[in-house]
Amino acid sequence: MKHHDYDVIVVGGGHAGTEAALVAARMGARVVLVTHRFDRIGEMSCNPAIGGLGKGHIVREVDALDGVMGRAADAAGIQFRLLNRKKGPAAQGPRTQADRALYRAAIQGFIRAERNVEVLEDEVVDLIVEAGAARGVRTLSDLAVRAGSVVLTTGTFLRGRIHIGEESWPAGRVGDPAAERLAQRVADLALPLGRLKTGTPPRLRRDSIDWGVLETQLADMDPTMLSFLSKAPSVSQIACGVTHTTERTHEIIRANLQRSAVHGGHIGGSGPRYCPSIEDKVVRFAEKASHQIFLEPEGLSDDTIYPNGISTSLPADVQLAMVRTMQGLENAEIVRPGYAIEYDYVDPRALEATLAVKVLPGLYLAGQINGTTGYEEAAGQGVLAGINAARWARSQAGITLSRSESVIGVMIDDLVTKGVTEPYRMFTSRAEYRLRLRADNADQRLTPVGLDLGCVGGSRREAFLSKINDLNAAEAALLAISVTPSEASALGIEVNADGIRRTALDLFAFTGGSVEAVRAAFPELATHEPAVIEQLKRQATYAPYLERQRVQVAQMRRDEAVRLPDSLDYESMPGLSNELREKLTQVRPTTLGQAGRIEGMNPATLALLLVRMRQAAAGRTA
Amino acid sequence: MIDTIFAQATAPGRAAVAVIRVSGPSAFAALERLAGRRPPDRVASVRWLREPDGSVIDQALALCFPGPGSFTGEDVVELQVHGSPAVMRGLLAALGEMPGLRAAEAGEFSRRALMNARLDLAQVEGLGDLLAAETGAQLRQAATLMSGAYSARTGMWREALVGALALIEASIDFADDDLPDDVLAPVAGMLGGVLADLRAELRGRSAAERLREGFEVALVGAPNTGKSTLLNAIAGREVAITSERAGTTRDVLEVRLDLRGLPVTLLDMAGVRATDDEIERIGVDRAVARAAAADMRVFLVEPGEDAPSGIARQEGDLLLRPKADLSPHGGGVSGLTGAGVPELLRAIADELEPRAQGASSTSHLRQAQAITAAALAIETALAGLDRIESELVAEDVRTALRSLDFLIGKVDVEAVLDVIFRDFCLGK
Repeated sequence: MKHHDYDVIVVGGGHAGTEAALVAARMGARVVLVTHRFDRIGEMSCNPAIGGLGKGHIVREVDALDGVMGRAADAAGIQFRLLNRKKGPAAQGPRTQADRALYRAAIQGFIRAERNVEVLEDEVVDLIVEAGAARGVRTLSDLAVRAGSVVLTTGTFLRGRIHIGEESWPAGRVGDPAAERLAQRVADLALPLGRLKTGTPPRLRRDSIDWGVLETQLADMDPTMLSFLSKAPSVSQIACGVTHTTERTHEIIRANLQRSAVHGGHIGGSGPRYCPSIEDKVVRFAEKASHQIFLEPEGLSDDTIYPNGISTSLPADVQLAMVRTMQGLENAEIVRPGYAIEYDYVDPRALEATLAVKVLPGLYLAGQINGTTGYEEAAGQGVLAGINAARWARSQAGITLSRSESVIGVMIDDLVTKGVTEPYRMFTSRAEYRLRLRADNADQRLTPVGLDLGCVGGSRREAFLSKINDLNAAEAALLAISVTPSEASALGIEVNADGIRRTALDLFAFTGGSVEAVRAAFPELATHEPAVIEQLKRQATYAPYLERQRVQVAQMRRDEAVRLPDSLDYESMPGLSNELREKLTQVRPTTLGQAGRIEGMNPATLALLLVRMRQAAAGRTA
Repeated sequence: MIDTIFAQATAPGRAAVAVIRVSGPSAFAALERLAGRRPPDRVASVRWLREPDGSVIDQALALCFPGPGSFTGEDVVELQVHGSPAVMRGLLAALGEMPGLRAAEAGEFSRRALMNARLDLAQVEGLGDLLAAETGAQLRQAATLMSGAYSARTGMWREALVGALALIEASIDFADDDLPDDVLAPVAGMLGGVLADLRAELRGRSAAERLREGFEVALVGAPNTGKSTLLNAIAGREVAITSERAGTTRDVLEVRLDLRGLPVTLLDMAGVRATDDEIERIGVDRAVARAAAADMRVFLVEPGEDAPSGIARQEGDLLLRPKADLSPHGGGVSGLTGAGVPELLRAIADELEPRAQGASSTSHLRQAQAITAAALAIETALAGLDRIESELVAEDVRTALRSLDFLIGKVDVEAVLDVIFRDFCLGK
């Protein structure tokens, strides 16, 4: 039985799948999104928050390419906080607690409104491969769906297995079945697979908590939105409660360690070090008498509380006893116990930087299937996979994002070059050009790229071009003003008394060079919005450092431009150390730049690769 | 703008003529600083090369090849000088002190030529074989650097810098976590310690001194095993006071040798043994430290005995029976009769010669340049610590680590994250 023909099939309706489907649709592709249930599209399976350090950067980049995560988070945001507000702009990350139901509704709204996306409620059990390329999928209800390309975003569903204490059963997440047959199909592709684990805390009933005795954490007074298009929160803002584990909590955990799925030895996969279970925290940091726990409402009208910091796989009765040792939680009730989940992932070194599977053209992977964790990391990959799936379907070359232009590019390059040993999460420290790759300038970096690719819609295009006009006009005005050091110091701005005239833009790099001070000093700036000048100041803050990095960036781009042909035979190449030979064979870098980031690489080997590349190229034309 | 690089193009060691190549945007300016007027393009001209203070390095044949029609596609200067190691080292040191110039890494000239498409296929074929050999040499060089005098200290620098960066990065990336309030407190001390070490390193040996130093070989043995007698036999003169009483040699004595064109300093260590004598103990401590840091060690040990405690035997070291004149079995070495001395010197040269191919004078120069750049970046980081945003301090520490890549190996961000997750309980 034949169903219909599409350009792109997206398997999975999570954060990677929805962005992949929507970006392909924005580019004009006819997309079918296959998922078990429409009503679970856009589900936040773990913590009810979007953004943060590194993660907020990715949300802004997804937004800059006209993705939906930022807008959905703004529609659902119930506690906006800009992290590292007191540090410089490169260290700041926007974040919000999000109402789970509102977030789902927002994402489902985007899906419904997109004419190019159809949703098929079914389970994919097989891939259709023709002439060595992915050409469609087969579903549980025996449909054969054909398309030009396929994007798999199966999250933790590949051979997913949930553990609570000594019990375990196959599942993709609580309440949803695992994808066993598709997992077998992926295994048959001979892709290198690994096993990872992650966990989630028990959920508590809101009314069972004694809120009166708890400290609270409030939203920012002056909220920072996730999307460049949003102006203000859509719904009212809430506070989170804060409590702490006690000696008694730790005693209960220690006494029951053997009954924990993770510590009792029931699970083998690696878990994330930055998001350890409470068992891990108590064992590894035994000297720490107490751990901070945030009590985060899952929504405005939701009776569920997410206790952030006690992810656990202890038996349900132990979870309850442990929870009730904390202040405010003495009578707490558990709505749903916490659990650990282990699942298969594909070693991302089997992917190109386009997120295409090297051995099966037309197949793209995005999200947790690639060994990452986090909604934002998934969304970022979903956008790139969707773009490339749409391009492949119309026979266009794949595109990649460079480490020097985007945080998403850093993430994907890390994944395909180094692989993962634990679920990969974004941190700002992973970006060597952190000072350039800020959350505040994601649109300036990437919206032009999106416009070229055709994935940015009309209203964002207008908003972006008008912002750029404003920035250019304000920059010209600031550059037209220049002052001597003594004039600057009269304005309260400390510059070196070196007799050099500086522009008003230069003044932002010095102490006292605030937007208010500069705007007040020069009346001709009054017509330019403070927000516009603030953005120019952010750039100017880092000007000397950015100038120094320009050489490194140019060097990197030059090496990225050199493509290494697939025909390079590392096995028989003389002059390679065994270690590098092995790594090159495994990673098969697509550019000289990527080869240079392989651990242990040295300049002579890079020169050697260049030689072989030239030889291979000459051999082809001969 | 990209760096201007230089390197000796001919094999190291004594030769009639040696060639140094300089490539990059500052190549011609560098020649003008050395030789005054620049010769016409592509015309070999005789020039006197001088240090900045006017002292003569050598008379050279200088050639200028303007880019893009040069070997690398960049402006290239070729200097043909007399092939004495001293001239070479002096010239490399003078180039290394010029702004914008740095010693080339192995394969870097070829890489630039390839990038600028300056080689035909036949040349590319030949270059492939050459580079295959060069990577081997580079591996040996890296191994030599890491196992030599630097290994212990570079390990400490690496650890301290990674540790300091981990604290700064933790304060940025985990600002929302339960970090101690004073998480940045140890940073100044960690950076200050490394900076003091780097400065001491630079004070102790200027780039040029390091270049002229060559290899150090330590004679190690229990007291009264005939080390000083052996040294005297090699030196051909009485440099060490020798006597029959144990513990006579109270300091490290040096003899400079020229082994097949390699500058080698032979060190006679105080006899290594446990002692109550304060002065002798100082001598022993000094000997142990110097011997461990030397490029190779010659152990004088009776058959069946262990090497002296405190000095580990490293790869490439020699083990010989001392006082061969007293032994009925033959073999070993004797300073008294001279038996085995030529064989010993040959064995030392055989061991060091391949290392010289890899760890050329250029690599010593690169060490000095790397340390200078790292010290500067750490100074900037320290100055900014309490005044500027931590992401900028992190940037300076990263620059310092990048500068030391050559010495301590590349530090991946994973190493920094490892420290963060080891030391702090993170994750709400």
